[in-house]
Amino acid sequence: MRVLLFLLVKEFQQIFRNPAIIRIIFIMPAVQLLVLPLAADYEVKNVYITVVDNDHSSYSHALVNKLVASDYFVLTGYADSYAQAMLDIEQDRSDLIIEIPGQFERTLVREDKATVSIAANAVNGAKGGIGASYAASLIQDFNTDIRTDWLQLPRYNPYPVIAITGSNWYNLHMRYDLFMVPGILVILLTMVGSFLASINIVYEKEVGTIEQINVSPIRKYQFILGKLIPFWIIGFVVLTIGLVISRVAYGIIPEGSFGLIYLFAAVYLLAFLGIGLLLSTYADTQQQAMFISFFLMMIFILMGGLYTSIDSMPEWAQVIAHLNPVTYFIEVMRMVVMKGSTFADIRSQFFIISGMAVFFNVWAVLNYRKRN
Amino acid sequence: MEKVITAHNLTRTFGDFTAVDAISFEVGKGEIFGFLGANGAGKTTAMKMLIGILSPSAGSATVAGFDLVTESEKIKRNIGYMSQRFSLYEDLTVMENIRFYAGIYGLSLSAIREKSSSMLERLELSGESKTLVRALPLGWKQKLAFSLAIIHEPKIVFLDEPTGGVDPATRRRFWEMIYETAAGGMTVFVTTHYMDEAEYCNRVSIMVDGKIEALDEPSRLKQQYHADSMDAVFQIMASGAKRSE
Repeated sequence: MRVLLFLLVKEFQQIFRNPAIIRIIFIMPAVQLLVLPLAADYEVKNVYITVVDNDHSSYSHALVNKLVASDYFVLTGYADSYAQAMLDIEQDRSDLIIEIPGQFERTLVREDKATVSIAANAVNGAKGGIGASYAASLIQDFNTDIRTDWLQLPRYNPYPVIAITGSNWYNLHMRYDLFMVPGILVILLTMVGSFLASINIVYEKEVGTIEQINVSPIRKYQFILGKLIPFWIIGFVVLTIGLVISRVAYGIIPEGSFGLIYLFAAVYLLAFLGIGLLLSTYADTQQQAMFISFFLMMIFILMGGLYTSIDSMPEWAQVIAHLNPVTYFIEVMRMVVMKGSTFADIRSQFFIISGMAVFFNVWAVLNYRKRN
Repeated sequence: MEKVITAHNLTRTFGDFTAVDAISFEVGKGEIFGFLGANGAGKTTAMKMLIGILSPSAGSATVAGFDLVTESEKIKRNIGYMSQRFSLYEDLTVMENIRFYAGIYGLSLSAIREKSSSMLERLELSGESKTLVRALPLGWKQKLAFSLAIIHEPKIVFLDEPTGGVDPATRRRFWEMIYETAAGGMTVFVTTHYMDEAEYCNRVSIMVDGKIEALDEPSRLKQQYHADSMDAVFQIMASGAKRSE
């Protein structure tokens, strides 16, 4: 116990003397939370369109006005021909071409139907696809507008219509920040656990001080606890800073209890510190540790449901996602922050993470050798 | 004389490379035992086995009366070690380093206070207790590292090329510290490739290609090889080496 105390004192002295770690603790949460949720937004805005208006009629103008008046589309300009419009696409000035055929108004009035073609630049698939469907629905809307114009108070509606009204539970206004922020909080803790801890231990290997520790009577578990506890505490500091930032910057106040978030974070940090520790037993240089944890982070983050829904992944990918600790914490964080879930709701995730924490730490301790 | 280290056919292989090839020797209490050899001869590997951070592939040894394989944790309470790289925490102050190393060997807080002030005085570092080790000159770091390696008064202290890279005057003073330590009854096991330092040892062993080729007092080795210095003895021995860096 006394030995552990001396180890902890030494560890904290080193941490507080290292400006890089202090900066990471305070700046990393701020940057990630302030920048990422705003940038990583799926809502497609600013779709640039080039219009080929072969008709120049009042209806064609009305249609273009309707598109441009929405928040989604920005008019790059008019083109005289489809080929000319393609130039805008090729030079990346436009995402979408709307071609209105000649005689558009006339055919619409006389024959009750007309065609408008939409060509999308699918290099940026999401933007092309979503842009085209926004445009289609606006044109549909335009269609309904003229129809009601023409019908002039029918005695009955010839087309029965079921109108659908939805309400988005737990995220009423479909705010992306409400969805992203809890996930980013998880990523922050993940970084502290795997990155900082593994680099710290490998650093001692690199400069050779670990040799001095290994010839001393310090026990394996004392050394490991001496490394885990400081980063565990740093994790809580980072989480607290993160929660304060999400409160101040986004007004996000967890629906559920803070206690539950901290409880889950405690176990989650242990799991990731175990992974960090394990990494450090395999890596000999900080560079190696950094590359391996960078590689793991990529997989953990991309397969953790931060950006993409796990339910829509192929089955094999879902299996991987469920081996990923990040998945569970993101799930739990969103449940607690958005829905106000209680311990009963997150019990299974809690036990899975506890199991992972035990698994990785036991592996790490077994693999840490004082003697080669 | 009481034996504090006995090695019997101690061997360590890495794959099919035999770094240390069945070495046997004994070291007595209070002796300054020089462990010489060219780079790559296997001295550091042999020493790492004795301090318990490398397992032997074959053979046996006792250190401070404990078996190397089965009682390595007990050995660790009774030895001190100073590596080539000094192993001080460069981002801690002199005092913080002292407190840490004394603390992990179980010294009480009052003992730490007492020891550290007398140590700082002896090293003429009293004014530097709050200085980061990083800022100390190499010679001071090395003396501090040595003092820390023996702060828990071990039976044996292992020094791995302790004087690498320091100036001759500092080396002389360092050897004075070693003499004082040995005079107090502590055994000093030191590897070096400075042959003038070999002259200061009570006995030396010379390793060539993983084997101990000679082991005796410096004066008798010189006699035996008809050489006038240890350097000349070493040249004769090392000329037979096949391994090099």
